[in-house]
Amino acid sequence: MYSFEYERPKGISEAVGAVGEDDKFLAGGQSFLPTLKLRLAQVDKLVDLGSIAELKGITVSGNEVSIGAMTTHATVASSADVKSSIPALAHLAAHIGDAQVRNRGTIGGSIANNDPAADYPSALVALGATVHTNNRTIAAEDFFVDLFETALEEGELITKVTFPIAEKAGYAKFPNPASRFALVGVFVAKTASGVRVAVTGAGPSVFRQGDMEAALDSNFSPDAVKGIKTDASGLNSDIHASAEYRAHLISVMASRAVAAAS
Amino acid sequence: MILSAFVAIAPEHKLRVIAPDVGGGFGSKIFVYAEETTTIWAAKRVGRPIKWTADRSEAFLTDAHGRDHATHAEMAFDADGHILGFRVSTKANMGAYLSTFASAVPTYLYATLLNGQYKMPCIYAEVMAGFTNTTPVDAYRGAGRPEATYVVERMMERAARDMNMDPTELRMKNFISPDAYPYETPVIMTYDSGDYPLTMNTAKKMIDYDGFQARKAESASRGKLRGIGSAAYIEACGIAPSAAVGSLGAGVGLWESAEVRFNPTGSVTVFTGSHSHGQGHETTFAQLIADKLGVPFDQVEVVHGDTTKVPFGMGTYGSRSLAVGGSAIVKAADKIVEKAKKIAAHLMEASADDIEHSHGVFSIAGTDKQMTIGEIAFAAYVPHNYPEDLEPGLAENAFYDPLNFTFPAGTHIAEVEIDPDTGIVDIVDWAAADDFGNIINPMIVEGQVHGGVAQGIGQALLEGVVYDDTSGQLLTGSYMDYCMPRADDLPSFKVEATNTPCPSNPLGVKGCGEAGAIAAPAALMNAITDALGKEIDMPATPEKVWQAAQSA
Ligand SMILES: Cc1cc2nc3c(=O)[nH]c(=O)nc-3n(C[C@H](O)[C@H](O)[C@H](O)COP(=O)(O)OP(=O)(O)OC[C@H]3O[C@@H](n4cnc5c(N)ncnc54)[C@H](O)[C@@H]3O)c2cc1C
Repeated sequence: MYSFEYERPKGISEAVGAVGEDDKFLAGGQSFLPTLKLRLAQVDKLVDLGSIAELKGITVSGNEVSIGAMTTHATVASSADVKSSIPALAHLAAHIGDAQVRNRGTIGGSIANNDPAADYPSALVALGATVHTNNRTIAAEDFFVDLFETALEEGELITKVTFPIAEKAGYAKFPNPASRFALVGVFVAKTASGVRVAVTGAGPSVFRQGDMEAALDSNFSPDAVKGIKTDASGLNSDIHASAEYRAHLISVMASRAVAAAS
Repeated sequence: MILSAFVAIAPEHKLRVIAPDVGGGFGSKIFVYAEETTTIWAAKRVGRPIKWTADRSEAFLTDAHGRDHATHAEMAFDADGHILGFRVSTKANMGAYLSTFASAVPTYLYATLLNGQYKMPCIYAEVMAGFTNTTPVDAYRGAGRPEATYVVERMMERAARDMNMDPTELRMKNFISPDAYPYETPVIMTYDSGDYPLTMNTAKKMIDYDGFQARKAESASRGKLRGIGSAAYIEACGIAPSAAVGSLGAGVGLWESAEVRFNPTGSVTVFTGSHSHGQGHETTFAQLIADKLGVPFDQVEVVHGDTTKVPFGMGTYGSRSLAVGGSAIVKAADKIVEKAKKIAAHLMEASADDIEHSHGVFSIAGTDKQMTIGEIAFAAYVPHNYPEDLEPGLAENAFYDPLNFTFPAGTHIAEVEIDPDTGIVDIVDWAAADDFGNIINPMIVEGQVHGGVAQGIGQALLEGVVYDDTSGQLLTGSYMDYCMPRADDLPSFKVEATNTPCPSNPLGVKGCGEAGAIAAPAALMNAITDALGKEIDMPATPEKVWQAAQSA
């Protein structure tokens, strides 16, 4: 690890003001600290978001669940509000990494990182969530751009994510046996504007599976998607799974997500 | 240490090695690593202490890896299913540099076990060891024996399928019979004792082998593929008679040594050359003394892992600590008893020949006069009234060189359920029936079986070193990509023991540390073969199993 400065501001505007060109925000540190330790990244300053109370917490109002950027996976997983409004989201959070990771890792850190195998991006895209930053709002589908790339500008701070409550939603994950990240994860949501199916782990970044959405729009049942194939070209291929296997798993996981939807 | 004796960086008596709790070993810590030599050399060169720590990434790159064989095997049977002959040709990867035991593993620890538990009239084995550009390959839990069991037991399974026989029946037909010991195999070894039909029948009962077809049908009704597979393994432990390994070219003897020291107050300190790093020697060795000398268990301290304190040791590996290191402790304790008898005879005014000993109580035969070992120890250190010709003190040491290898053996049976949609293998049941000879501490033995099976399952399902085809880069360089077995990958194990005491050491013990890792890969792969109706190679990753299930 190279040396760096460290700051722990108390408010959003101080944090935004404190972060310079070669600086980074620090949330749970579960992704970024290992990167620093392996010297894959170098910063002048880490601006720790841990003391900013307004970035933490979950609220439900009307037809929307709002989750602060610094809310940990463990908090989301055990939240009675999330469990009753979008149970699939609590289920997803409960299956991220291990207990230590869930106690430190945050929703803001996860989506800012946009790891292709992260779980949250599928939920944001399927549920049609909105990402709120210190100066704007971004629709989930516009937020996740490519492999480890988001729509965030340099120094832009995610403050919260708001999720419209779906009629029904389900998430099914095929974990990478080693890392337990998603080899393939499929989030299915039945929303007022139709069914949305978002796939993570399989491609460079989260994407929607249009054929499955159409099939589920007319018949929201596990069998409706089982036979629908996804084109393997462009999907990830590595020592854990070929693109063809990932393509196949999308159908299996989509069908299981529908079966689990509530 | 090989380091100082043969490389001459520092004279042996100037080198002190302290190895406290080192977090397990499983083989990888046996070897001399270049970094250790370099650190010592550099410290001497600059005249200052040097600290060196390998982080996890370095460990992945440089710690010796385990088992890398490509094997072609043929087995011949007569029309009734009796084995006529076995021919094996193996190519073994040594890695880029030769590590400490590297070439001994696929030869002396492998080919010598190709007889399995069976009557095999003739065996031909040919092993070619080759250098490659990988990390060195050396002994890892089971070393050579899992490879041998894997070949023998997958062949038996395959043969049974080809001959339309139940695989356990085919094994039963070929087992060495329980009254045939000592049994000399065509590949050097003389098996000590065993009852292979009993271990197999025990394992079958534990897993309700006969009820399998009903369970398979129930799985099928849920769209799942169920399979059952067994492995009747054998290993050679208690390594090893020095003369035997010397004749094979080893540069060392493979004895162990121990000192048993009574303190004046009657407590005991045992100094052993067998290092303990998770195997529970502190408990098992203390039990030996408590049992033999009647000293309360908590009055026995076991000291190991510091070369200025302990006598010489040849290492904890090859499931040898109790059979060899424990036997050295027993021999030292025997000397203690002999000396204590003389002291007791003097104090009770009897002849030493009339003194009987049982669990630390010394009595004059046929009388009610007796003394405890504690009283005798006190007299030995405060020798106011003491035999004239006897040295004071009560401490003895002993070296023990084993007479033979020991031969733990058993049958493990695995039952799996495969999800053909994903290729996930769910291990639904596991029965382990093992013959470890006498057992000193059943809980520790069961723990060793659990750990061994976990590692064997890891090898069969999850683990595997992968290098990039073109660049040679290690792709499985962290736990994000190298898959270690975790608790939720494993079933609850059923473990039972069917013990025939080992005739070649004073404790009658055979060793248990590697058994699970030896039995598990073959048992699990045979179960997967049974479920799929076809063979695949380890590791049986979900994608490989899924591919096979598609065309099954
Ligand atoms: C062993 C292990 C297993 C894991 N398994 C999974 C898994 O199964 N599924 C999964 O989805 N994830 C998994 N993760 C990742 C985990 O969820 C991380 O917590 C997450 O990816 C990053 O969150 P963090 O809070 O730790 O962020 P950090 O590591 O602190 O930061 C990550 C990046 O986000 C930026 N950032 C953080 N917060 C903000 C913000 N509010 N605004 C703008 N930028 C911000 C940082 O500057 C940094 O670039 C795993 C991690 C580990 C170590």
